[in-house]
Amino acid sequence: MNKVVKDAYQAIKGATDNMIMMFGGFGLCGIPENSLKVLAESGIRGLTCISNNAGIDNFGLGVLLRDKQMKKMIASYVGENKEFERQFLSGELEVDLIPQGTLAERIRAGGAGIPAFYVPAGYGTEVAQGKETREYNGKMHLLETALTADFAFVKAKYGDYSGNLIYNATANNFNNMMAMAGKITIAEVEELVPTGELDPNKIHTPGVFVQRIFQGADYEKRIEFETTR
Amino acid sequence: MALDKNGIAKRIAQELKDGYYVNLGIGIPTLVANYIPQGMEVTLQSENGLLGIGPFPEKGNADADLINAGKQTITTTSGAAFFDSATSFAMIRGGHIDLTVLGAFEISENGDIASWKIPGKLVKGMGGAMDLVASAKNIIVATTHTNRKGESKLLKNCTLPLTGVNCVKRIVTDMAVIDVTSEGFKLIEKAPGVSVEEIQKATEGKLIVEGDIPEMKF
Repeated sequence: MNKVVKDAYQAIKGATDNMIMMFGGFGLCGIPENSLKVLAESGIRGLTCISNNAGIDNFGLGVLLRDKQMKKMIASYVGENKEFERQFLSGELEVDLIPQGTLAERIRAGGAGIPAFYVPAGYGTEVAQGKETREYNGKMHLLETALTADFAFVKAKYGDYSGNLIYNATANNFNNMMAMAGKITIAEVEELVPTGELDPNKIHTPGVFVQRIFQGADYEKRIEFETTR
Repeated sequence: MALDKNGIAKRIAQELKDGYYVNLGIGIPTLVANYIPQGMEVTLQSENGLLGIGPFPEKGNADADLINAGKQTITTTSGAAFFDSATSFAMIRGGHIDLTVLGAFEISENGDIASWKIPGKLVKGMGGAMDLVASAKNIIVATTHTNRKGESKLLKNCTLPLTGVNCVKRIVTDMAVIDVTSEGFKLIEKAPGVSVEEIQKATEGKLIVEGDIPEMKF
């Protein structure tokens, strides 16, 4: 099945105000740069964004903050972004902070058809407020619910026309689960190849989870903290 | 003389065992990697999705696709593995990681830890800390014994928002090695040149001192 669209502009067709959107990446590593850029240009607003982090000023998810397109951010860690900080402190932006492993699992569960599950993370902390608790194996757990999205934007190193994806190094991070959790999942890749050219043994995300795929362009792949010996 | 940050890291490295899978937090815990005993095989996990963290890259060799949980560029060791973040936390939550070392603002005598939020200051989020403390088989806190104002970080009860409850097993500070027991903080070792009285004075929570307390050996 050919899922290829021409570019990011074609890929975001149907994206409208007030949608829930997921964005793969950890910091600036493995983020869907092309889709983010085009979403910023589109002017759609009122978005609920689910991503581990919120990017930096004017890059990554930061591009959606410039014109206040984001209504709510769901993340585990949101440092390194002054405009985010300003909108958060002024109350313009609603922020829901979630333990990282719980966030990853809520997204995985969303894609896997599991409505809720118990985890120990956050028990006895403010994260537990309003949540059902239950003891298993002598340990207290919190009931956490699944997350899904209207659109999930992911980025991979390689992809084929059928939507099969292969990530590079730690650029996999949240991309694999988010691909599963999107009603419409849009994959942008550094190298798009015809179906049949990727080794089935190496596929990380099977194409069934991906609805649209395109060859990305002009990747900046910025480094947040370049650290050398 | 109380230990410096590297001294704390060096003492924590003595807790490592051959074959351990270890998650090191940001700050002093990261320094532990510099003191893994020669010949010992310890695999470091990065919760964004890597087992087998290597040294920082040589200048000019940084790869934007290869970072640690602190978003710093890194390299991998031979035999490393990459995976998604859900798999990474399956390792943590499932009890497959032998040891977690992390920093803290406060620790209480029943093993509660506060490490992510100071009310009135900007809240950046807990990242993976809550998952790690709730599930790791063994948790060592690496911290200074007192804060910048000279106030004890080892308290009867934490005053800051908690990261986890009843989870810390051992604390290695610039002054002492302390275990968290059902009766309170138990003094295990003192730093070279630091007296039991000084440790007592710097510890707000209940400190149990039994017999002669040995000095840390390096």
